[in-house]
Amino acid sequence: MSTVFGVPLPAILGQLTLGLVNGSFYALLSLGLAVIFGLLGIVNFAHGAFYMLGAFAAYIGLQAFGMNYWAALVLAPLAVALLGVVVELLFLRRLYRLDPIYGLLLTFGIALIAEGIMRDRFGASGKSYPVPHLLQGVFDLGFMVLPIYRAWVVAASLTVCAVTWFLIERTRLGATLRAATENPRLLQAFGINVPLLVTATYGAGVGLAALAGVLAAPVVQVSPLMGSSLVIVVFAVVVIGGMGSIIGAIVTGLLLGLIEGLTKVVYPEASNIVVFVIMALVLIWRPAGLFGGE
Amino acid sequence: MKFGSWALGSWALGSLSAALCTLLGASVSPAHAAADQVVIGDIDDLSGVYADVQGQGGVEAIRMAIADFGGTVLGRKIEVLSADHQNKPDIGASKFREWADQNGLNMLIGGSNTGVSIAMAKVAAAKKVPFIAIGAGGASLTGADCTPYSIHYAYDTTALANGTASVIVNSGGKTWYFVTADYAFGSQLQDAATRVVTANGGKILGSVRVPLGTTDFSSFLLQAQASGAQVLGLANAGTDFSNSLKAAGEFGITKTMKPVALLAFLSDIHSLTLQTAQGLYLTTGWYWDLNPQTRAFAKRFFAKINKEPTETQAAYYSATLQYLKAVKAVGSTDADRVMAELKRAKIDDMFTADGSVRADGLMVHPMYIMQVKTPAESKYPWDYYRVIKVMSGEDAYGREPDPSCPFIKK
Repeated sequence: MSTVFGVPLPAILGQLTLGLVNGSFYALLSLGLAVIFGLLGIVNFAHGAFYMLGAFAAYIGLQAFGMNYWAALVLAPLAVALLGVVVELLFLRRLYRLDPIYGLLLTFGIALIAEGIMRDRFGASGKSYPVPHLLQGVFDLGFMVLPIYRAWVVAASLTVCAVTWFLIERTRLGATLRAATENPRLLQAFGINVPLLVTATYGAGVGLAALAGVLAAPVVQVSPLMGSSLVIVVFAVVVIGGMGSIIGAIVTGLLLGLIEGLTKVVYPEASNIVVFVIMALVLIWRPAGLFGGE
Repeated sequence: MKFGSWALGSWALGSLSAALCTLLGASVSPAHAAADQVVIGDIDDLSGVYADVQGQGGVEAIRMAIADFGGTVLGRKIEVLSADHQNKPDIGASKFREWADQNGLNMLIGGSNTGVSIAMAKVAAAKKVPFIAIGAGGASLTGADCTPYSIHYAYDTTALANGTASVIVNSGGKTWYFVTADYAFGSQLQDAATRVVTANGGKILGSVRVPLGTTDFSSFLLQAQASGAQVLGLANAGTDFSNSLKAAGEFGITKTMKPVALLAFLSDIHSLTLQTAQGLYLTTGWYWDLNPQTRAFAKRFFAKINKEPTETQAAYYSATLQYLKAVKAVGSTDADRVMAELKRAKIDDMFTADGSVRADGLMVHPMYIMQVKTPAESKYPWDYYRVIKVMSGEDAYGREPDPSCPFIKK
């Protein structure tokens, strides 16, 4: 059997595939963060909490209303996005003129409150969400078996990433959004409702987080802390990619998933710090991130 | 040491929630408890990955024991303090020190997390305050890390390995691969299980150490599968355990390997559901549905918390009661006299009919090897376990005190 650095090739291929799965989660999550930071300048520390709420919304929907996975995929992100809109209208709106640290602290507080409430209601060990019927089973790739659900996660995340990138970078709506961040007053003078645009953008970013939560629900324990363990990695992804860069978030998310996957074979104990080592190196070499403008 | 996402995230979350706890007075601190009180403290994971194992339910169990004891001992009112150690040794130790110095703490129960419990045991020795560890697994608490003021209740890594690992290896599971939580508890559990497996003619084909709080276990499980081992030994706990077992099912690992829970609590099985957990073997010190006494306690507990008690929540109750009985027996809260009484007295209550505290501080009592029922076998809510075997305290923990405990006379 051929080997690379003493590791059998099938094992490497297997880990790369899994890295791709995790990378697509990172990409989807960091995409939402990048949209919110790039367009609103808010460091959304509540992103992990919204991801968690997305997963719980799916769980609650199933338990209370018998809502199936496919419905949850649409309705749960909408519900959580609505919550995001409320947060923006009531709180974040007041902070745009202030130092970004205020937004960070506010969203951090919201994350703690959300986690506390869910822990009180559902307990720390979390809940199980079943894999939808249609996506049960595995693909045999020869070098490994890949659960159909994981393949679906990759496909779904990449599609959503591509659509979001296209919307923001290539359409008139995206151009308007970018203009709103560059010069809101001028845009307002053209008769465009900038505050509404900002609210909708925050809601959309939050919705993306919740969508990632629904996608994750069947494969990880739906628990109040599921977001806080992920949000820091995702922040690192966004920093490496370049704060606010959409394409940077997507590419870096996938890349870091792959690197992390390889680390899990070579030196498992380091698998949860490798992202931060890379972040440190990138910040030394390119402080604006891989895709960030100066 | 813990690094990375989990540690960084909880570092930030932890510092803020610690500040909040202080502000909100999460610990009900009677300023300078006077000699007219007996103060019992509980420092546990109240908000993190192990918060369902005891958490608020543990505090409630202590209160139930105090109420059953009559609310006073030696004519003094019994107070309860509680705090969240957030799985951080420094927080646990400094809270313990603060209570000992300022709040007249007479006894501390320390819950979950071996790393934190080892740090708190050192404070117990320095401050001469009896410390009962419940929920931490590490057998070193009554071995290399033992102190004259420590007691280890409910279960330890040695008993878990002597239970589950021996049953599996003797029923044909000869080759093992471990997925291990990368901190004190995980490595002690793996070491204990390794000793049992090799002593019974089995073989360890490999192991992987996984950072605490990892959510995606698939890579590690593929490595386990590639080893060709028959048994997948999960030397982890809480959500780590749940997530690894779920992924093992998802990736079809369970078709070729037999997953073994080296530590699983009732709360884990409840959150995993029987569908995922069925057939699993595990070892526990107590189960709510063992006999009329356990069921009676469980019923009262359920009425308050709306969950059946875990083995360690029951142990919280039992340990509090034992402590109060000892105080009453010696007529004093003097730490040395109470410790001597605790090590002398037999334990016969709803937790165990045959318990005693060994010289090194280990509470020896029978352990139960269980198998998780299938959904069809489960007849009523929380009907999760079937007793496979009852191990005597001696079989589970060994007869002699741990020779690595420094104060045990060789």
